Amino acid sequence: MCVEYCPKKVYVKSEKLSKKGVFPPEVKFPENCIKCHLCELMCPDFAIIVEDKNDK
Amino acid sequence: MSFISNSLIIEKYLRKDMLPTIFCTGCGIGSVMNFTLRAIHDLNIDINKTVFVSGIGCSSRIPGYIYSDGLHSLHGRAIAYATGVKLANPELKVVVFTGDGDCGAIGGNHFLHAIRRNIDLTVISINNFIYGMTGGQVAPTTPLKSKTTTTPYGNIEYPIDLSMMAKVIGAPYVARWTTAHPIQCISSIKKALQKKGFSFVEILSPCPTSYGRLNKMGTTLDMTKHFKESTINIKLYEKMLAEGKTTDKMVIGEFVDIEKEDFNTKYKKFYSDLK
Repeated sequence: MCVEYCPKKVYVKSEKLSKKGVFPPEVKFPENCIKCHLCELMCPDFAIIVEDKNDK
Repeated sequence: MSFISNSLIIEKYLRKDMLPTIFCTGCGIGSVMNFTLRAIHDLNIDINKTVFVSGIGCSSRIPGYIYSDGLHSLHGRAIAYATGVKLANPELKVVVFTGDGDCGAIGGNHFLHAIRRNIDLTVISINNFIYGMTGGQVAPTTPLKSKTTTTPYGNIEYPIDLSMMAKVIGAPYVARWTTAHPIQCISSIKKALQKKGFSFVEILSPCPTSYGRLNKMGTTLDMTKHFKESTINIKLYEKMLAEGKTTDKMVIGEFVDIEKEDFNTKYKKFYSDLK
């Protein structure tokens, strides 16, 4: 979902199979992220958390 | 709308020991849970005074993950239980999660009569067009010609339209969206939570494991794209009707938004008049 819906194409489908037998998405271009939080909204499993570096 | 981080939602509202969810890869029910929790967070509703009620089915797993009071009741009787909760303690906010089979088939009668009485509930019906948990049998909402395990040559029964049913009986708030419309879903759930009276939100959700696999619809992505293509907003649809055109697309949007006196207020008035 996040691979498709990300407007800046930050995510890429990884080539390794996970334990559950799926290809999980991988953050490949973190510098492109504009923090629109759409991936958090679309992810059905609460798996993505977008963090802001400036907050820390 | 301000964006809330998932970490806040997980910290505040979810039972962390229950995660990850048991939903299949690509199931839309997790998204619906996410939308509901975001709506509750936006409205600053006290989670300790909210009860989540569910029946049996995939969708009815949701109250198990939310850190609040919940009832996992009998098949189809979620609305009956919720009615009891609301009448016993009117201060509580009652949210019902039901599936399409739970709400339209087994619990069809409870659904009708809860609308008739106009009890102050928020019913969120997650419609995946099939009985997903039991292996993909035909449901009352399965579209014509769809393949299921009990109709391997295509369904010949006409489906029922839950939103239209609720509208006809007189529910004060009825809306239908798909999981491909997250922002609209959240705003609709917010309105439904604020509405005094029976509010019904139907959310079409992809079921890639049962419905998608049997009907060769591909992955969740293909199914969500299909949702976007095969649905039409009610405003556009009304324009089309005015021009004399018709379409076989599914109509989504807000169908009803009216004010109507709910059962608890009426009961209180009636009771005080008797004294």
